[in-house]
Amino acid sequence: MFSNPTFMFIQVMNSFALGMNLFIIAAGLTLIFGVLRVVNFAHGAFYMVGAYVLMTTTNLIGNTTTGFFVGVAAAALVMGVVAFFIERFLLSHLYDKEHLLQLLFTFALVLIFKDAVKMIWGPLQHSISYPPAFKGAVNLRISYYPAYMLFLSVVGPVLAIGLWLALEKTRWGRLIRAARLDREMLNALGTDVKLVFSAVFVFGSMLAAMGGALAAPRIAVDPGMDGLIIIDCFIIVIIGGLGSLWGSFVGALILSSLTVFGTLIFNEWEIVLVYIMMLAVLLIRPWGLFGHADEERH
Amino acid sequence: MTNRLQIYVLIVAFVWLLILPFVGSRYSVELATQILIFGLLATSLNILVGYLGAASFGHAAFFAIGGYACAYFLTTLALPLVVSMVGAVLLTAAASLVIGFFCVRLNEIYFSMLTLAFSMLIWAIALKWKSVTGGDDGFVGVAVPEFLGNYFTFFLFTLGVVSVSIIVLMIIGNSTMGRVFIAIRENQTRASFLGVNVRRMQLIAFVIAGTFAGVAGTLLALYVRGMYPETAFWSQSGHVLIMVLLGGMHAFIGPLLGASVLTLLEVTIGQYTEYWQVFVGVVLVIVVLAAPEGIYGLVRSVSKRIGGRQDDDA
Repeated sequence: MFSNPTFMFIQVMNSFALGMNLFIIAAGLTLIFGVLRVVNFAHGAFYMVGAYVLMTTTNLIGNTTTGFFVGVAAAALVMGVVAFFIERFLLSHLYDKEHLLQLLFTFALVLIFKDAVKMIWGPLQHSISYPPAFKGAVNLRISYYPAYMLFLSVVGPVLAIGLWLALEKTRWGRLIRAARLDREMLNALGTDVKLVFSAVFVFGSMLAAMGGALAAPRIAVDPGMDGLIIIDCFIIVIIGGLGSLWGSFVGALILSSLTVFGTLIFNEWEIVLVYIMMLAVLLIRPWGLFGHADEERH
Repeated sequence: MTNRLQIYVLIVAFVWLLILPFVGSRYSVELATQILIFGLLATSLNILVGYLGAASFGHAAFFAIGGYACAYFLTTLALPLVVSMVGAVLLTAAASLVIGFFCVRLNEIYFSMLTLAFSMLIWAIALKWKSVTGGDDGFVGVAVPEFLGNYFTFFLFTLGVVSVSIIVLMIIGNSTMGRVFIAIRENQTRASFLGVNVRRMQLIAFVIAGTFAGVAGTLLALYVRGMYPETAFWSQSGHVLIMVLLGGMHAFIGPLLGASVLTLLEVTIGQYTEYWQVFVGVVLVIVVLAAPEGIYGLVRSVSKRIGGRQDDDA
């Protein structure tokens, strides 16, 4: 099995595509944690909303490539608006409270979103077809490979570089980095920190929905799809370091490789391996591979 | 965290529960059984959350370990009931010692994440170790002894086990050790300056909490006559945390109150609509934002405003 180069090539490609999909979702979680210091259990629910909004949009305007991209945009937009109201009217009152209350607040959102999704879209499982432009397989010389997975492999790195540039080079990026380091000081210097927090929560939630919309064609869309993705996101951001963008990029690749190759080697026990990996990182380097030791104390 | 009023409430509740199976319907007795099991689970979690101030998001792990172990001992190994239950509880205590040893090294969010990761590990093991746990289908057909076969005796048995456990937990909470836990919650650094070995006390609290969650787990396995991997899933841990917060984490009876109210709320709403989770979610949002001291805290502040007698409270 491992001596077959074509097979191995496909596994490596799969790990990368899966990892990039996970990265898009986890990037939102890590961004929110980095600035707001809130661990958002509802991030998986936001991902689920994204997948469902894409489904509705492609049902409305038809399953065309344009329809698909409009759907991804709609997913991000709808979730962004909802997240804005959640942050402004509810979450913003909890920033100076104990983190137990913040955790339970986001857990309450999980319950609300789960039922809301069931009410709006029903309890049944749906499958969404690939956008026409990315149907079928591409000849990569070594082997044929699904076009949609290649598309994900391109979107991920593009988004990562875009996010990184935005954080490093733009005014908003500087404000976000400043809020991460010292929110009191930033506030004292005259920046509206509340607005920065609000923007980060909205943007992070939009990433979750976008990740959900992009995942929709390759998975089953049902009201239980939020349960494990949130744990995957936690694993990624903990491996990479809570709050670190490139950390979550690498973390996502580690998790997806572990899932793909772990399944080959350990059969179905791969899932146990994944949790042991998470535990090991938390115990040896709780600030993650790319985080800084002192961030743990905030 | 315990005062005279709370002890009166507990005594009244106990007497009422003793009478219940003789006068109540089968349905109410079954409901009371569930409330007792989850009340014990929530009270054990509160040793960590309310007393020690450590937000564990993986308490379901010990609930599941106790339940699976009891089911395995009783059914697969065909051991007597007492041996199975005591064995399961001891095994849970050992597991919480090992897991706690690692968990108390971290604080705040990292503690929550670590407990979450351990409980997901237990969930994954319950899901995959099919020869012992039954895997995805669950451990079905627990060999419950004859005398616990009907709801009436099972309720009295549960009431006995839970009452003894609650009394032990209350004694621990009121002891010097319980006060040391609260001191750690209030200020870890100061507690350590006073000569408290913070890590060791945290570990002791962790083992106490895990052990009694194991007791609740054995009762669950006997009550449901089966065990399922979802018992260790993260949403189950969240569910117990809701009970603790809803009732009031800074009162000893808070979690018992929370377990009762949440269970009754769920079944009542469940009669009208299948979407009970959204109601629980909304209630939880309101509690988090407006009444973080839970129902107990609300009742206290209302009675204070009316000008009632003030109880001393730690």
